[in-house]
Amino acid sequence: MKFLHDILEKQKPMFEKGGKLEKFYYLFEAGESFAFTPSTTTPAKGAHIRDAIDLKRMMMTVVIAMVPALLFGIWNVGYQHFLATGNPDAALLDIIIVGTIQVLPIVIVSYTAGGIVEVIFAIIRKHPINEGFLVTGMLIPLTMPPDIPLWQVALATIFAVIIAKEAFGGTGMNILNVALTARAFLYFAYPTNISGTVWTYLGDKAAVDGYTGATALSIAAEAKAGTVTAALDGATTSWAGAESLFSFNNMLIGAIPGSIGETSAVMALLGAIILVVAGVASWKIMVSGVVGALVMGLIFHLAGSTPFMQMMPHYHLIMGGFAFGIVFMATDPVSAAQTETGKWIYGFFIGLLTVLIRVFNPAYPEGIMLAILLMNVFAPLIDFYVINANKNRRLKRIHV
Amino acid sequence: MNIKTRKGFDINLAGKAALQVGNAEQSETFAIKPTDFVGMHRPKVVVKEGDVVKAGTPLFFDKKLEKALYTSPVSGEVVEVKRGDKRKLLEIKILADKQIEYENFTKYSISDMANLKGEDVKESLLKSGTWINIIQRPYGVVANPEDAPRAIFISAFDSNPLAPDYDFLFKNDGQYFQAGIDALKKMVDVPIHLTTDGKAEVSAIFQNVRNVEQHTISGPHPAGNVGVQIHHIEPINRGEVVWTIHPYGVIQIGKLFLEGRYDASKKIAIVGSEVTTPQYYETYIGASVSKFLKNNLKQDHVRVISGNILTGTAIEKDSYVGFYDNLVTVLPEGDKPRFFLSDGWLAPTSRLSFHRALGLLSFLNPKKERVIDTSLNGEERAFVETGVMEQVVPMDILPLQLVKSIMAEDYDGMESLGIYEVIEEDVALCEFVDVSKHRIQNIVRQGIELLREG
Repeated sequence: MKFLHDILEKQKPMFEKGGKLEKFYYLFEAGESFAFTPSTTTPAKGAHIRDAIDLKRMMMTVVIAMVPALLFGIWNVGYQHFLATGNPDAALLDIIIVGTIQVLPIVIVSYTAGGIVEVIFAIIRKHPINEGFLVTGMLIPLTMPPDIPLWQVALATIFAVIIAKEAFGGTGMNILNVALTARAFLYFAYPTNISGTVWTYLGDKAAVDGYTGATALSIAAEAKAGTVTAALDGATTSWAGAESLFSFNNMLIGAIPGSIGETSAVMALLGAIILVVAGVASWKIMVSGVVGALVMGLIFHLAGSTPFMQMMPHYHLIMGGFAFGIVFMATDPVSAAQTETGKWIYGFFIGLLTVLIRVFNPAYPEGIMLAILLMNVFAPLIDFYVINANKNRRLKRIHV
Repeated sequence: MNIKTRKGFDINLAGKAALQVGNAEQSETFAIKPTDFVGMHRPKVVVKEGDVVKAGTPLFFDKKLEKALYTSPVSGEVVEVKRGDKRKLLEIKILADKQIEYENFTKYSISDMANLKGEDVKESLLKSGTWINIIQRPYGVVANPEDAPRAIFISAFDSNPLAPDYDFLFKNDGQYFQAGIDALKKMVDVPIHLTTDGKAEVSAIFQNVRNVEQHTISGPHPAGNVGVQIHHIEPINRGEVVWTIHPYGVIQIGKLFLEGRYDASKKIAIVGSEVTTPQYYETYIGASVSKFLKNNLKQDHVRVISGNILTGTAIEKDSYVGFYDNLVTVLPEGDKPRFFLSDGWLAPTSRLSFHRALGLLSFLNPKKERVIDTSLNGEERAFVETGVMEQVVPMDILPLQLVKSIMAEDYDGMESLGIYEVIEEDVALCEFVDVSKHRIQNIVRQGIELLREG
C-alpha cells in the first residue's frame, strides 16, 4: 500500500500552508488519516507506547453493533410492507429489495448531510474532522419511520449537527444526544411524518382490510378496558396474515411496525452484547436503565388504574424503542453522565422516566426519546454531585 | 498494612533484563542534566569547563533551593557546560578518571551513627548531593530542607514495564540501606513507610529493616508507584508535605555515612525488544549509554528511552542516563503509516490494547511478551470515551475530571480533585489507554506548576 501513500503524500503540499487548497487541509487530512493510520509517534517525554485503540476504531465498533439492527430493519420494512398490502407470504428476496430501496437512501442522506456539515465546520474552525459522526450518521436513520421524506432526514441531520453539536463546540462538547435531537426536531417540526400511522411503508399500494397503522405502544396507550395484551391481540384479528402481530414473541423479535432499527429487542440485545464485550458502551447505564423501567413498570402494575399502567412491567422492555434507546442512545459517552456512580443514576432515571412518559403523556406514547434528552440535560448535575462527593471525601480526611 | 488493588494494567514487553551484569567498557563521559530535576527553573553552575572535580564536588544548585547541591558522580574534568536556547543549562559533562577519587565526608561506624544529630545529617545530605534523592509530595520535586514532612514513603519495588529487579540491584547493600534509614530517622523523626510487593517474595534487604513501618501492596501496575501507596497508607491532604525516596537514594545516604563518600555507582538495566542482550551493567549516575548500546542493538531505527516506557525521556544513542533512572529501554520507532484495512484502524490487530473494541485481540493473550513501537496509534481528538482512565488509577480520584479541571485552570477544582496526590507517573497509564491520545502526564505537570506558582 506504499504506492497509495506516496500518491497521497505527493498531493499534500497543495493542502499545506501556502498551497492552492490550503483551506481544505483538514478534508485532505481526514481522507489521508482514514486510509492510513498516521505516522505520528509519541512525544519524547511521557508514555512512549500507546494503546492500539483510536477513536475511529471505537466508533466503528458502535457502528458494527448497530448492523444487526440495521439488517433486521431492512428486512422488517419490507416484511411490514407486504404484510400491510396483503401479501404476507412474499419471497425473502422481494422483502429485502423493498426494504433496501426504502432504507438505504435514508442512511446515505443522513451520512452525506451530516458529513458535509462536519467538513464545513472543520474547515471554518481549522480543526481535524472528528469521527463522532460515524455513529450519529447511523443512529439517525435507525430512529426514522421507513417512509420519512428524505429532505426531512437531511434537514433534521443538519439541524442536529449544527444546533446540538457544533453550537456547543463540536464533538465531545455536546450536551444533548445528537441523533435524538434530529428525531426530536422532526417530531416537533413535522409531527405528521413521524407520529400516528406512519410506521409502515405502503408505497403506492393500498392497505388491506383490518390493517392498523398503530404501534404496540399506541394500542396500549389507547386501551380503555381489559388488559393491554387483550387489546394488542384484538388490534389485528381482522387483518389477514397478521393475526398475532403484537404477540409477546413477535414484539421481542421485532417483526412489528415502528422505526427502522428500533423494533427488535433481540437485535438491540445483540448490539448490547457487542458493545459490552468490547467495553465501548457502559453496561452500568444499560443495566440501571432496564432496572429503572422495571421498577416504574412494577409500581404501575401494582397500583395502576388503567390497562396500560397495569401492564406487566417486562412488556415495556420490548415495546417501542426502549431496547434500542437504552443500548445505543443512553450510552452515548458524551451526553451521558461521565462518572461511574453517575452512570447508575443516569440510566435508572432514563428507564423510570421512559415508562412514566409512556403511561402519562397522552400525545406521545414513546417515552425513551424524551427521557434520554431530559436526562442528557440532568447528566452534568448528576456528575456535579458525584464529583462533589469525591471532593468532600478528600476534605473530610483532613484531621486538624 | 496489606493493600490490595485491582485497578491498573500490566504491560508485558519483550526484552526483560537477564539477572546478570554485562561486560562493557565503562563510559568515558558522564553528565548531569538539570532537566532531570522536574520543577527546577534556575540552576546556577559553580564549575567551569576545564575544572577538575571529584565525586561529590558541587556542579550546580537551584537558585530557589540554594542549600541542596548537585554534585559530580565521578571524578575527572568538566569538559562541557552545554546550554540551549536562552542559555538554558542542558548538561554538565565530565570526562571521568580511570580511578575515581572522592571528596571526603565524615565517616561513621555503625555504632557512631547512634550519636548522629539530625542537623548534622541534614547538612551532610545537602552538601554531598545525596539530598536530591529526597522528593517531596505534593509536586514531586526535590524536597525543601526547611519543610517538616509528615512521613517518608519508600516503595521497595517497581511495577513499571521491564522494571529492574530491586533484589538484584541492591543485593549486597543491606547494611547501607539500614544505615540510610537510620540517618533519615535521625534527621526527621517521622514514620518511614516501606512498601514491598505483596505478590513476590520480599527480598532480603527489605525484609528485616528496623525503624520502618512495613506494608505490602499487591495488584497490577501502578501498585509499585509510591503515590498509590501513599494514597492507601495515609493520603496527602492540602497543606501537608510528605517525602518519598527511592531505595537507591537510601543506600546512597547509607554509604555517605558508613564510607564517608558520595558514591554514585549504580547498576542500570538495558532492556527492550531491540536490545540484543538485555542485562544489567555496573556504572555511575549519569553514564553515557553509547558503550552499552554498541553492538547491542538489533536495528538502527529505534528510540532510546532513559527510564521506563511509561514515564521516561527519549535520549540520543550517545546521550546520558537520567539522574534518577536505573533503566534504559530501547523500542522500535513506529513512524510508518499503516493502511486502514491491512494493519490500520479497521484491521484486526494484536497490538497491545487495554480495550477490546473492534479487532483489538491482544486481550486474548495477556501474558504474551510484546514488541511495541512508538506509534501514537491514532490522532489527538476530543475527549469522548469516559470511564476508562478510572480503571487504571487505583486511587479514589476521578482522573478525567482532574485533567479537565487542569485544562480549565480551575485551581479550586484541581485542589479538591486530588492534584496534590499525583505526579506524572501516577497518571501514566491514563495516557496509555486514552482513546483521544492526549498528553495526560504533561497536563498534570502543567497543573502542578500552576499550583506551585500560584
